[in-house]
Parts: sequence; structure tokens; C-alpha cells
Amino acid sequence: MAFVLSQERERELTEILSRYPNKMAACIPVLHLCQNANGNWLSPDAIQFVADRLELSPAHVKGVVTFYSLFNEHPPGKHQIWVCRTLSCALRGSDAILEHCQKRLGVGVGQTTADGRFTLRTAECLASCGTAPMMQVDKTYYEQLTPEKVDRILAALSKD
Amino acid sequence: MLKRTDYLTKNYGKPDGFSLQVYESSGGYRAARRVLTLPREAVIEEAKKAHVRGRGGAGFDCGTKWSFMPKPGGGKPHYLVINADEGEPGTFKDRTIMEQNPHAVLEGCMIGMYAIGANACYIYVRDELHLAKQRLWDAIHEARAKGYLGELPFGNNYPLQIYVHTGAGAYICGEETSLLNSLEGRRGEPRLKPPFPAQAGAFGCPTTVNNVETVAIMPTVFTLGGDAFSKLSDLHAWNDGGVRLFGVSGHVKRPGIYECAVGLTLRELIYDLGGGIEGGRELLGVIPGGSSCPVHLPNEVVHVPNNPKFEMFNGKSILDLPLGVDPFRIVGSMLGTCCAIVLSDAADPVLAMQNLMRFYKHESCGQCTPCREGCGWLERIFDKVVEGTATLDELDQVHEIASNITGNTICAFGDGAAQPALAFVRKYREQFEDYILGQGRSQTGRLAI
Ligand SMILES: Cc1cc2nc3c(=O)[nH]c(=O)nc-3n(C[C@H](O)[C@H](O)[C@H](O)COP(=O)(O)O)c2cc1C
Ligand code: SF4
Ligand code: FES
Repeated sequence: MAFVLSQERERELTEILSRYPNKMAACIPVLHLCQNANGNWLSPDAIQFVADRLELSPAHVKGVVTFYSLFNEHPPGKHQIWVCRTLSCALRGSDAILEHCQKRLGVGVGQTTADGRFTLRTAECLASCGTAPMMQVDKTYYEQLTPEKVDRILAALSKD
Repeated sequence: MLKRTDYLTKNYGKPDGFSLQVYESSGGYRAARRVLTLPREAVIEEAKKAHVRGRGGAGFDCGTKWSFMPKPGGGKPHYLVINADEGEPGTFKDRTIMEQNPHAVLEGCMIGMYAIGANACYIYVRDELHLAKQRLWDAIHEARAKGYLGELPFGNNYPLQIYVHTGAGAYICGEETSLLNSLEGRRGEPRLKPPFPAQAGAFGCPTTVNNVETVAIMPTVFTLGGDAFSKLSDLHAWNDGGVRLFGVSGHVKRPGIYECAVGLTLRELIYDLGGGIEGGRELLGVIPGGSSCPVHLPNEVVHVPNNPKFEMFNGKSILDLPLGVDPFRIVGSMLGTCCAIVLSDAADPVLAMQNLMRFYKHESCGQCTPCREGCGWLERIFDKVVEGTATLDELDQVHEIASNITGNTICAFGDGAAQPALAFVRKYREQFEDYILGQGRSQTGRLAI
């Protein structure tokens, strides 16, 4: 089925276009808009939609999608978890946090739980080094983590 | 010398400290209001007197950068682009400004736009910083509602618009020409220079790229006056003026962001502000300003003969050298972003190197062969060292590989990956050899305390 946006998101798309001197510049913001509207991933239809609306070749849009790590070409779990593993976090125990997440969720890095609820990933430095170790879940940062804190966060997300 | 200040940080942590009302009640927007009535050249001259060295890592003087822009009216619009990609490992200062003092960013953008003859500004924020983006948009809407942004800012016939633009996860987009490609809706691959952004930047038009903190301090510059601002610094005589944010992370008791006059030392940052090393441990090493700077050992001594400015520092520990752009460049180091990463002697420097090289391998955009292949090669060598399967010959190759990257690439990422490798292997040679001769046995075998 062809990809469509809700009326509200269509208005948002128009507003995004008004910020730039040309349509190509809207490429990344519009891809985010479509990804958010589509369960956090970009299907081939969504890519075609962006190409059509921004008057770009699908190859250009696909090239952009594959360059950036936050665009998903496959559906992730309902919640995406990124555990930062770069040096400042590693110095404060991110390895233990990542291991704990793997054990709790029963998945490895890059995998999604069988119930489709969580996708576990690692991240490079998320500009939160002073409150390490940390992880991002969807759009929220969780800082100064301990295994107990991770348990509470996961438990809350398992209920919603 | 340690001198705490609070020009940027006074409303951090206060309820609604990020709102326009709180910002204005502590003097906000007065500077921009006045600047917009001055001749453009006078604004640039005042900024030059402040000696604000770029806070994004390269340390270029901001007023001078603004002066490189062509005269407005050349037929093409000018753009100000703010680098809020903050991805350099260990760096977490810009995020605090955007989240807790977004109006200082906007007011700084207004001053910058006026100085370079731009009417539009894009703040390029990495996508992960959702709260920062929200606070900036909210601040933009507040400023528009007040008429500070729009067609007649503060009643002046000089239209100003600011937009937040988002990335999508790529460290390399912090490099300014890569950032411009990303802003234009392309893959974030760095461009060959020339042309420089001031000639052909965003959308082929004259553009200035500034770091978030660089512009956010401009309202303070124009409130105090450029010269008075510069003199807050111990390094005024080095043309490195004012105050800046210093960060410290890793094995210290009180990691965080501290605003101080320029001239602070690493010792003051680690021990006075950071509270010293955690867990009763000793300092093993410190990376001064983001992971692309070389690591320093506590027993390193400053030695720069035939330079009168260094007379008072020669023979002292590197920990007592003021954190300034030029002092650190001249001793062969780099100041970078002024956010230090501290390693205690509980940490294994070999694992630290392995961690960083994995980062660089992952983040290389792959355009240049020496960077793409070199980072992969270095990563494999460090992996083998840790596994205990590397040879001493391979350890010696690190020097050659890193030297082949240095200076042979399109952008400074290559040097940023090579320099830490050279410094770690040279300065912690013994620990690297322990791994190799002990088939993977090491002194601590861990990074966390
Ligand atoms: C690989 C790489 C990553 C960079 N990342 C950032 C960054 O995240 N933020 C930033 O402000 N500057 C970053 N820079 C520096 C920018 O290229 C540029 O020098 C800076 O934004 C200019 O602003 P300033 O003069 O105000 O410091 C990076 C440079 C390189 C080579
Ligand atoms: S140096 Fe590395 S990151 Fe920079 S352009 Fe070349 S390959 Fe890309
Ligand atoms: S290293 Fe994890 S947030 Fe910077």
C-alpha cells in the first residue's frame, strides 16, 4: 500500500519545507517525520514517498537513509534502547550495564525481544559523559545508571 | 588559575531557568537589542577584542572568522550555521547550554547573524538530543512571539529567523563541511576545502559555522565589552579571552561542567573542581579535550625552550599548564573542547585505546583510503593486542599506520583518530608490551573502577 501521512503530519511537512531555500534540505527532517509516523522504520514505500515529495531520486534518499545510523530499514521493537559504550561511560561501568540489559532482556546487541517490545543497541558518546553510565530509551536519557535502576526502567516500560 | 564564573550557567537548574522570562530578568536580550543598532563592522571589531577562541575544538578566533565573510549585498544570502552536533567522546558542555540556557544560544545567534550579514540561521542539533531540540524550539517560539525574531527584531528593519535542524546519527557530521552537506539533505561526507564555507558554504552561499558555546557567550561579550571580557582570562596576553565551560568525566569524584575563566589548569579541573580521583586511586592519565587529543601522563613536564611566554611554565607538570588553545598546541597537544577524560590507575590504558579505536573505525565516513583502511587496521591490531595474539612488530606498525593517516585525508577526523593512537602506544608502551609478552595478561584488565 502506498505510504501516506496523516493530515496533521502533512501540515508539519509543509512547515518543514518553509524553513529551507530548497526541497532537498528537508530530506533528513522529512525522513524523521515519516519514520516517526511508521513505527520507527522506513519502508521502501516511505522512501519512495519522500523522493516524490522532495523531487529527489529514490537513490538519493536511499543513500541518505543508509548513511545515518538512526534511520531503520527494518521495524525495530516498540522501545529502542541505546547503551552508550564510549570511553567516559566505559570508565564508569557501561559494560556491566550492557551485560545486565542483555541478561534481563534475553537478547544480544542489535536484537529485538521475542515479544517485539525492546530492541537493544549500543551507542557512541551521547554527550552525557558527566552522568555516566547512561542509556537512551526512545527519546529519553537515563543517567547515572545502576543495574537496579535499569531494572526499574525496564519494568516500567514493560507495563505500558 | 581557578576562577569560577556564572555568565552562562547562572540559571542552570533553576525552575524555568530556560524560559525567556528568567533569561530577560537576568539581563538577557539587552546585548542583541543594542548590537542591532550598531554598524556591522563595529560589531566584528568588538567581537575581535574579546578573543573568543572557537569552542568547537579547533580554537579559531571567532571575530576573525566573522571578518572573513564577504560584504553583504553580493547577490547571495549569507547563513549562520551553529554546530550542535556534540559527538566528540567526553564532550557534554553544549548540551547543557541548549537544555538550560537556550535563549543565550538564540541571542548569540542574533548577534552573529547581524555581524556576518545573515538573516537566517540553522542550529544543527544531533538527533539524540531531544530535550535540547525541544528547549531550542520553545525558546524560538517565545522569541518570535515577543518580536525578537521575525521581520522587525526589536523594531529594527533587519529580519532574523532561526531554525533547528536535526541530524540522524553520525559523529562525522560535527566536521563543519560534512555538517553542511547534511544540512543540505545529503550524506554527511566532508567536502574538500577550498572553497571554504565563508566563500561557498550552505546552499553554495557564504556561511559561517560556529559552535554552540562560541555564540552563546557573545551576549556576555557585548554586555561587558570585548576588552573587559577578554581580560577575565589569565591568557588575555595569548589572545585567548574570557570564560568558558570546562568538563570533566571518568574517574573523578565530581564529574560535571564548570564555568571558569580561561587559564584553568588540568590539576584544578581534576582535583579542585572534579574532587580528585575516585576510590583513593592515583591519576594514570588525562585526555584534555575530547578523545581526539593526545593523552597526558601526570609526570609529563613542560619544556619549550626559546619561548619567553613559556618561561614560567618550563619544568612544571603539564597538569599546571593553563588550558589555552596556544599553550596546548605549542607543547604538541591539543586543547580541543576543554572536556577532560580522567583515567585512574585502576583503568587499563590498552582497553581505553581499544575502546577509542573502535569508535573511530565505526565513525570514519570512508571517503579517504588512509582513514578508512587505517582505522580498520589499527582497530584490528588493538583487538589482537587485547586477545594476546599481536606481535611486537604489529605494535610498531601502529606508528607507521597512524603517521600515514596524518595529513593525508580530506578532513581532520583522520588526525583525530591517529593522534590518540600515537600517544597511547608511546606513553603506555609497557602496558601494551605486557599484553603481547603475557599473551593477553594485563595489569588491571578493566576500565571501570
Ligand atoms: C571529526 C570532527 C568532528 C567535529 N565535531 C564537532 C562538534 O561536534 N561540535 C563542534 O562544534 N565542532 C566540531 N568539530 C569542529 C568543526 O569542524 C568546526 O571547527 C567548529 O564547529 C567551528 O566552530 P567554532 O569556530 O565556533 O569552534 C569537529 C571537527 C571534526 C574534524
Ligand atoms: S578523514 Fe576519514 S572521516 Fe574525514 S573525509 Fe576522510 S574518510 Fe571521511
Ligand atoms: S561516553 Fe557515554 S555519553 Fe559520552
